[in-house]
This record gives sequence, C-alpha cells and structure tokens, in this order.
Amino acid sequence: MIDVKNLTKRFGDLVVLDGISEHIDKGECVVVIGPSGSGKSTFLRCLNLLETPTSGEILFDGVSMTDPKTDINKMRQKMGMVFQHFNLFPNMTILRNITLAPVRTGRMSKAQAEAKALELLERVGLQDKAGSYPAQLSGGQKQRVAIVRALCMEPEVLLFDEPTSALDPEMVGEVLDVMKLLAHQGMTMVVVTHEMGFAREVAHRVVFLDGGKLLEQGTPQQIFGAPNNERLRSFLAKVL
Amino acid sequence: MEQFKAWQALMIAGEPTTLWQQFYVRFYQAFIENDRWQQYLNGVGTTLLVTALALTLGVVLGIIVAVVRTAHDQQRPGRHNVVLGVLNSILKVYVTVIRGTPMMVQLMIMGFVIFSSSRDYVMVGALTLGINSGAYTAEIIRGGLMSVDAGQMEAGRSLGLNYADTMRFIIVPQAIKAILPALGNEFIVLLKDTSLISVIGGKELLYAARGVVSRTYEAMYPYIGTAIIYLLLVMLFTWLLDIFERRLRASDRR
Repeated sequence: MIDVKNLTKRFGDLVVLDGISEHIDKGECVVVIGPSGSGKSTFLRCLNLLETPTSGEILFDGVSMTDPKTDINKMRQKMGMVFQHFNLFPNMTILRNITLAPVRTGRMSKAQAEAKALELLERVGLQDKAGSYPAQLSGGQKQRVAIVRALCMEPEVLLFDEPTSALDPEMVGEVLDVMKLLAHQGMTMVVVTHEMGFAREVAHRVVFLDGGKLLEQGTPQQIFGAPNNERLRSFLAKVL
Repeated sequence: MEQFKAWQALMIAGEPTTLWQQFYVRFYQAFIENDRWQQYLNGVGTTLLVTALALTLGVVLGIIVAVVRTAHDQQRPGRHNVVLGVLNSILKVYVTVIRGTPMMVQLMIMGFVIFSSSRDYVMVGALTLGINSGAYTAEIIRGGLMSVDAGQMEAGRSLGLNYADTMRFIIVPQAIKAILPALGNEFIVLLKDTSLISVIGGKELLYAARGVVSRTYEAMYPYIGTAIIYLLLVMLFTWLLDIFERRLRASDRR
C-alpha cells in the first residue's frame, strides 16, 4: 500500500533520514520506535508530505506522492493523521472539527458527515461532547476526538505521531484502547510511539530507527525477544 | 448674545474683566458666535467619514498583502509559484515605501502632485490614509496569521483541505482574535491621523478649528476644544472595542 524508496530528508546540513526504504501492507499495523531525534516523526510526516523529502520516492497505492503533478490534497484525504498535540481546531465545536473536512472536500453531505461523526463519537464514548469546544475536553478526550476526526474522512491508512506522549498517564489507556480497536478491525496504521506495551501487543511489525537509518525491523517477538542490532539492544534495555 | 457683546466690548476697550467674563467671551467666540459649532460638527462628520473609508481600504489592502505574503512564505520548498513571487516582491516594495516615508509627505505628494487637479480633498485624504494604513495593517494581520500554532495548518492540510480552506476556516478566525487589540490601536491612530488631511485642504475637525482661529485671532479655545473632541471620540471607540473584544473572549471559554 505504501512504498518508501530510499527516503532522505535533510534540514540544512543535518541528515534526519538517511536512505530509508520500507513497505507497508494493507491492514498492517506498523510501530516505529527509536530514541528521540532518530527521525521517527520526520519519517511519518514525510509519508503524507507534511515534510518534503530531500530525495527518494513515496508511492501510495502506486501513485507517487513526491511527484509535483500529484494532487496532494486528494492523496492526503486517504491518509489520516493524529498528532502528539491533538491539533483540534479551538474555534469550532467537536462536531464541526470532525465534519469540516469531509464536507469541504465534497466527500459527504453535511447530514451524512454529521451522522457519521456522531456514530464514530459514540464508538469512542464521546457522543455527548458533540456540541462542546476542544477547550472543555481532557487530553484523552481530545485525542479520541482527533482520531475520530481522522476516521471520518474514511482514510485508507492512519498515521499516529506519538499520540500518547502529551497525555497524563491515566489517560493513555483510553487512547490506546481506541487504537487497539482500530488495529483489530484491520485498519492500516503507522504508529510512532514510546508505548512498548502497545507495540508488543498490537503491532504486526516493529521498525527501529536510529540516526536516520532503519536499523532493524521484524515481528514484536523478534524485536523484543531476540534483537540483533547493538543499538536496538541498548535502546530496549533503557526503555523496558 | 447681548451679554457676550457687552463683555466683548469691555475686553476690547481694555477694561478690567473677571476670569469668568474672559472665559465666557472666548468660549462664545470659539464655538457659538456665527453658529461656529456647526463647522466643528461638520468637521467631526468628515473626520469619521475619512476614518471609515480609510479603515475599510486599509483592512482590505492589509488582508490582501498579508495573505499573499504569508502564502508566498508558506510554499513548499521546490514548488515556487512565479506569479506569487512577483506579487510578493511588489507588495514588499509597497510596505517598505509606505512605512519608510512620513504620512505628511505622502499626503502632500498625493494632494499636490498626483491628484493636484482634484478638488475632492476628502477623498484624496481618505485614499492616502487608507493606503498608508494598509501597510501597517498588513503587518499586523501577517503577525496574527503567523501567531496561530503551525499544528493547526498541519492538521487542516493533513485532512486533505486545501490551503485556502484551511486559511479561511481554521487560521484566519483564530488570527482575528489575536490581532484585535493591535487592530484597535491602528484604528485609533488612523482616527487621529485624519487631522493631517487639513494640510491638503480636507475640511475635517482640525481644519474647522484653524478656520475659527484665523477669524477670531484666538487659538486656545478652538484647539483645546478640538483636542477634547478627539479625546472623547477615541474614548468612545476604545470603549466599544473593549465590549467587542470581551464578547469574542467570552465565546472562548464556553
């Protein structure tokens, strides 16, 4: 579904991503781990072109994301993204946060979008918050709304950029539960996270980045049970 | 009227007069004699008209300049739009020239050089002030647009919304709230700067006062009166702006 070929990203002289190649299948849940500054977030943000790669190619369903002729807005409609800091729109109600994009991009009528939004909100237990504003919600609630907002576009893949890192510890669980549910329903997901428990339990595949290089990848059993790479071993020793 | 005439005669004759008599005569002379208060009133009307016209023009220009310059700066690397680039350079020159020259000089160039054949001084004045205000408003609005968290733009774009929609529904509404105090400030400066158009013959409040001074040879009352009128106007608008701002903020904490 997503093909990354020799992806490189430089900020000035700083090489953040150094020739990464990856393939993500439909229905797969891939968890990206690595120390901070390893390029995990940049890798994720390159997938939907929030960062423009310096070189390399990203194919989504066979369409090149990096080709200037590609309609990037159309492509992004198929790729939802959930941010560390939620990035809900503070000037709109929850319902409008969720329905703005589906309606404005012509995917759904207003009535369709609202029905869908309410259905999704109910699934994450927030149906009574539809008329609230983001400022009235807790961090965990905001992140669940952000997931619903991404889901309402009916994306083919969801990108999670450290979705629980900005949350109070007691709210991490409620967000992870929603993500687990999505993974079990077969949603294609790429998750950058420090939640090793989530990676072990839910991921089909774990990818380890360090220094902008993809150093090791494999099933959670391989990565956590029998890591080969020296850097990965010392990283795991510190976080587990 | 009779009292004024009588006391005025006393003063002209150099007879001793009380402070109250002097105040009465000068005040009467400055504001009441020959219905002079009407000149001030008309002046205030012109002042408000010029302010409204210049403010509208300034905000429209400011939005255009700010949006073009922000859009130019936010282009993805490697995908530079040539039209936007040219437009951006032109607007940069506009902002530089307008902010780099005194308003008085701009007024004189507009009034005596570019529109030297025009008799409509009020319109020339409003146009000049609007163009001037636009350059400052542009920077205020640009600052507002930049003050909105970058994550908001990213969130909008990641949902597949295009740049224009993200600006319109997400960034601009948040920016407006942030720039309202600065915009109010610009509005007050503009209101007071309308007094400058008297130099090209715009018949606003200060022009009226100067007319009275030249006829009565008495400067204090017309000018202090003018100052008080400006002060009252500014206080009135500050109060209105406060109410408006508080309304916007209140909707923040629903």
